[in-house]
Amino acid sequence: MRSYLVSRVLGMVPTLAVISVIIFTVIQLPEGDIVSSTLDRLQAQGVDVTEEYVQNLRAQYNLDKPLVLQYFYWAGNFLTGDMGYSYLFSRPVNELVWERLGYTLSITVSALFFTWIVALPIGIYSAVRQYSIGDYVMTSIALVGLATPPFLLALIFMHIGFEWFGVSTGGLFSPEFEDAAWSWARFADLLAHLWLPMIIVGMGSAAFTMRILRANLLDELNKPYVVTARAKGVPPAKLVLKYPVRIAINPFISNIGLMLPGLVSGEALVSLVMGLPTIGPLLLQSLLNQDMFLAGSLLMWLAILTVVGILLSDLLLAWVDPRIRFE
Amino acid sequence: MDAVLSIRDLAVEFKTDTGLTRALVDVGFDVPRGEVTAIVGESGSGKSVTANCIMRLIQPPGRIVAGTIEFAPERALSSEGQAPRAPRLRAPPFDIVSLPNRDPRLQELHGGLISMVFQEPMTALSPVYTVGNQVAEAILCHRDVSRRQAWRESAEMLERVGLDDIERRMRMYPFEFSGGMRQRVVIAMALVCHPEVLICDEPTTALDVTIQAEILTLIKDLQRDLGNSVIFITHDLGVVAQIADQVVVMYQGRVLEIGTVRQVLKDPVHPYTRGLLAAIPGLAPKGQPLATIGSVVGDADIETPHPLRRLADGRQVSMPQDSRG
Ligand SMILES: Nc1ncnc2c1ncn2[C@@H]1O[C@H](COP(=O)(O)OP(=O)(O)O)[C@@H](O)[C@H]1O
Ligand SMILES: [Mg+2]
Repeated sequence: MRSYLVSRVLGMVPTLAVISVIIFTVIQLPEGDIVSSTLDRLQAQGVDVTEEYVQNLRAQYNLDKPLVLQYFYWAGNFLTGDMGYSYLFSRPVNELVWERLGYTLSITVSALFFTWIVALPIGIYSAVRQYSIGDYVMTSIALVGLATPPFLLALIFMHIGFEWFGVSTGGLFSPEFEDAAWSWARFADLLAHLWLPMIIVGMGSAAFTMRILRANLLDELNKPYVVTARAKGVPPAKLVLKYPVRIAINPFISNIGLMLPGLVSGEALVSLVMGLPTIGPLLLQSLLNQDMFLAGSLLMWLAILTVVGILLSDLLLAWVDPRIRFE
Repeated sequence: MDAVLSIRDLAVEFKTDTGLTRALVDVGFDVPRGEVTAIVGESGSGKSVTANCIMRLIQPPGRIVAGTIEFAPERALSSEGQAPRAPRLRAPPFDIVSLPNRDPRLQELHGGLISMVFQEPMTALSPVYTVGNQVAEAILCHRDVSRRQAWRESAEMLERVGLDDIERRMRMYPFEFSGGMRQRVVIAMALVCHPEVLICDEPTTALDVTIQAEILTLIKDLQRDLGNSVIFITHDLGVVAQIADQVVVMYQGRVLEIGTVRQVLKDPVHPYTRGLLAAIPGLAPKGQPLATIGSVVGDADIETPHPLRRLADGRQVSMPQDSRG
């Protein structure tokens, strides 16, 4: 188990290195860079820009160096905790990212819990009572949930909240807490706002998980090991949970990490619609404005979250499934 | 005869897309207490369905449409607190078929009074729990004892079925065991609550020949020691000769012949049984070439159902009134 852990953790290093190269390449792809877009803007404002100023600016951002070197500067700084400077916000990227990263993480992780809390009992019920009315109702609702994009769901919820209850459901804080310092009251206010994006972001994956769990469980329900357990007198409820469910959820446990990217991109759209201060809207802005340090750092953080998520879910699977442990 | 199980007029149907299959038609036989009853027949003859009826494991699309299975346990039901093999306290017999689905007696039946060992030892245990956990669970489902006590009794039973290094083995997972070892575990799991009837549905078919013989000997020895009744399902008459006291021959969901092992193997009456025997090396009459079933059955009509008829020596055969061999 320990060697498995070590090899998995070490395996993350090359993965992240390759991802960082790809990210760096992608953010370099479009024509121009920060400096040229600055120049465009300054010139549009009628400011005269000297060639020397441009050179200085490029030197300051290391843009005059070869691309390979630029990559190593960027990656090296990232590793030492310096994510560079956001031209767009005129602030170090470090100052911009942490809080938003925290919100993104809260929304995606809580959406993940929501997914499980909803999908697990419903999926089990639907499989055990296959073709019952309850099963039909649940599978139909799940189909609708699956087919509704999160941003649409966000719009619907906001509309309902505004029209019927007269409350604005946007944002993660009430106005009085928006810029307040952290306190228990602010935390409680955050929780009171978090549940809606949680449901909206988690709805699709809950529907998906429920449907797949139902199918997996139907495959397991009449397997010989379940019949054997029934034949030895295990009571019905315990029988289902201890035997087939335990096997049927294994593929999901290893997929928790893989669900993260989907949740994160769903969260980005929802955040845009609902005006949530998370990574998503910031990433969009930074990409539109070719704010490469900001965009690169955000993408890199999403990659790290995903890779760590996959690692955690693989470790979880190894923990619950001895067959993996013994390989 | 003292029968622990009396099966009468049992009929089972499977409703499938292709139509109605009559898996059992008027099946009836007695299982003598404390003996080994073999059910023998070719694949698809309804042996497993019969066993599943006794265990009430028939699931839709299957349905028991008629018949009774009267069970006369020695132990009173609700065996809580009683030592295994309590003094002969004859409980009132009851019909397994008519027990409601939610009847608590069903729970007690399963693994407590009647246990089953299935054909596939490789898939009969869950891969994610230890062997000890799964064997001890059988005890915890039926008796109000501590986990420690259940573990200890499981260890004893696992030792009886021939495992060594018990404590370590109990903490291992089924996939670390060989097929023969797993079948021993399944047998221990079935016997750990000292059931009155042990049903073995082709328990050795999936195993190597040498292991087969070991498992057969084990089941027979344990039956002698524990005094339980055994229903042993097989398609192999060689196995029947080794293990059975009584034999029930099945064909296409019907019972063709019932008798003691000596009667059926030495002096079969029904043409189908004769056909089966003639095709078995070692059991066929000496000096004759081995035959195929078809060649011995010849033009004897085995397809038309006849009610079972009791012959003078006590055996029963499904044949027309006027014929005897
Ligand atoms: N799950 C099922 N669905 C449909 N038909 C079944 C099912 N199980 C058994 N049967 C029918 O019952 C007959 C007897 O099956 P079975 O008792 O398993 O035979 P065997 O003697 O080989 O154990 C089969 O030929 C089949 O027609
Ligand atoms: Mg069978």
